Amino acid sequence: MIDIKNLRASVDDKEILKGLNLKIGKGEVHAIMGPNGSGKSTLSYVLSGKEGYNVEGEIKFNKKNLLELNAEERAREGIFLAFQYPIEIPGVFTNNFLRTSLNSVRKANGKAELNAIDFLKIVKEKAKELNIGEEMLSRPLNVGFSGGEKKRNEILQMSLLEPSFVVMDETDSGLDIDALKIVSNGVNSLRDPERSFLIITHYQRLLNYIKPDFVHVLSDGKIVKTGDWKLALDLEDEGYGQFIN
Amino acid sequence: MSNGQEFIKNYKQGSDYAHGFVTDIETIDVPKGLSKEVVHFISKQKKEPKWMLDWRLKAFDRLQSMKEPDWQKPKYPKINYQDLYYYSAPKSLADQPKSLDDIDPEIRKTYEKLGIPLLEQKKLAGIAVDAVFDSVSVATTFKDKLNEIGVIFCSISEATREHPELVKKYLGSVIPMSDHFFATLNSAVFTDGSFVYIPPGVRCPMELSTYFRINASNTGQFERTLIIADKGSYVSYLEGCTAPMRDENQLHAANVELVALDDAEIKYSTVQNWYPGDKEGNGGIYNFVTKRGACRGKNSKISWTQVETGSAITWKYPSCILQGDNSQGEFYSVAITNNYQKADTGTKMIHLGKNTRSKIISKGISAGHADNTYRGLVSIHPKATGAKNYTQCDSLLVGNKCGAHTIPYIENKNSTSEIEHEATTSKISDDQLFYCRQRGLNQEEAVSLIVNGFCKEVLQQLPMEFAVEAQKLVGISLEGSVG
Repeated sequence: MIDIKNLRASVDDKEILKGLNLKIGKGEVHAIMGPNGSGKSTLSYVLSGKEGYNVEGEIKFNKKNLLELNAEERAREGIFLAFQYPIEIPGVFTNNFLRTSLNSVRKANGKAELNAIDFLKIVKEKAKELNIGEEMLSRPLNVGFSGGEKKRNEILQMSLLEPSFVVMDETDSGLDIDALKIVSNGVNSLRDPERSFLIITHYQRLLNYIKPDFVHVLSDGKIVKTGDWKLALDLEDEGYGQFIN
Repeated sequence: MSNGQEFIKNYKQGSDYAHGFVTDIETIDVPKGLSKEVVHFISKQKKEPKWMLDWRLKAFDRLQSMKEPDWQKPKYPKINYQDLYYYSAPKSLADQPKSLDDIDPEIRKTYEKLGIPLLEQKKLAGIAVDAVFDSVSVATTFKDKLNEIGVIFCSISEATREHPELVKKYLGSVIPMSDHFFATLNSAVFTDGSFVYIPPGVRCPMELSTYFRINASNTGQFERTLIIADKGSYVSYLEGCTAPMRDENQLHAANVELVALDDAEIKYSTVQNWYPGDKEGNGGIYNFVTKRGACRGKNSKISWTQVETGSAITWKYPSCILQGDNSQGEFYSVAITNNYQKADTGTKMIHLGKNTRSKIISKGISAGHADNTYRGLVSIHPKATGAKNYTQCDSLLVGNKCGAHTIPYIENKNSTSEIEHEATTSKISDDQLFYCRQRGLNQEEAVSLIVNGFCKEVLQQLPMEFAVEAQKLVGISLEGSVG
């Protein structure tokens, strides 16, 4: 599915990712844990095509060279980033945003665009499955949303766009237990043999709900240890100190 | 496709302004420059009664002692008024077409290209159109139908001949002849525009609209529009504007007067898409317009909605004089400037009557090297007890080479009034753009979505069938503004 080789990324001559290697197969769930400043968010941005990074190395996604695609092309190829801090867009109703987004992706994949009525039917169904209140749809995108609502909105978008590779950037940060459950249930219901996940998190807590196949430790821009989900438990006990020079 | 879509279908500008074509037709020879002879000439072409000519000449005399104002923010090279033509009319119209079918095929084609069919069988249902080509009205549709219920909708030239009592009574009653340089210039040399009269108690059953087209080069367009809503009547009116792409700047100096009597309401919408000039700022229209409405009767209401996307310089303040007790004025504005366009626009709300209310919602969007100014006046006079105003001015910047300015003037002479003013300035952030792009929207779709969200409150005020197309126009106007 995705194959990252010797990935380096820098901003203003400051190197953040320093030769990262990672391979994620179809349907696998990988977690990346690491201390503050280890490059976790940078990795999520570099994967999703945010501008402003000087990137070297290779990312192959379904045999395509991802680094040659811009952000929207990657999104249309099936890459989805659940943002740590979802962005507010005043005056744009969530409904309208979701429909524009879904239709852009559908159009790029040769599917017919959905009209307002068909779309509404689908989005309401998805919202119900994910236990998300419909009223959220008729509010301006993320404006005045609580932390939990913003993250749930991300999960709703994910379920609408049906991506093949999902990067979750500290989706658990700032969530109470109830919201965390809703979000994790959403993710679990979207687990699929055709869909892979990369879950970026500080804490092992989220991984109690979403059980990863692999856990990696990111430190100083490199993956320094890889294991199964038990590694997350060890980290919770021992902290990241052992990986920091 | 709805009527509205037909109407504004091809509204494009910027990198590929779709209305930049020139119609090749023979025009009448006109003396160049500004003189008494030219005023006589125009009046004669229009077959005007003597009182109208006298009125024009009086304005011409006043003009001699007046100076062009220069307090506005966008500066422009001095206009040589002797180097302009003040009248341009297709030769084939010299004998006035007897019916819509007699219109010069070239002109008819022009309007068809613009999505405005003038022929009977193709007419837009529910919308009556007055089409003004350079200095003359070439066609007015649905005239007879409207006449049956007493609504007069015709060119202002025709009105001076057919309805002199109404024109005499109201022309210049809202914008005095010597109000300021451009208003006076217009009073002397105005060419054509629309005249609307809605009789008492009539709710005009269709949208009335005027479509202005500048075609000739080196010619100023001096539109004059007069709308009167008699007691208890209602009318919704929409104007659209386009012009060919030319290297030189062209002047459009219009006067629009609205009069609402007791319990009457006028809704006036503008979608202004004059040629904005090229990407380097060469050419484009100088849109120097005076628009003013008088809420003369009690409980009357005038609502201005403008979507200003075109012109090299837009300089206008559609205003309301709230004379009648309990009268209401509204101003909803979206002004978009891209590349080297400049706008200095806003409104004046003059509260004279008791319990008068006004609302101002202004959305300025500036991109490229453009400069956008909101300038507005809220004036509450001593007798206007219980007057209320609410003003909201929001500016949105796209990129970092453009400017946005807000200059609100507030004069309050009554202690019972309530005045609120809110203003914000924001920027489309890289994070907003990235968020949209991560969801599959391209750069331009993202800008269009964000900007449409920003000016939603105003676009909602447009007649429904035009709102959707105006949204598209907003997106198109900002093409190429990011990245």
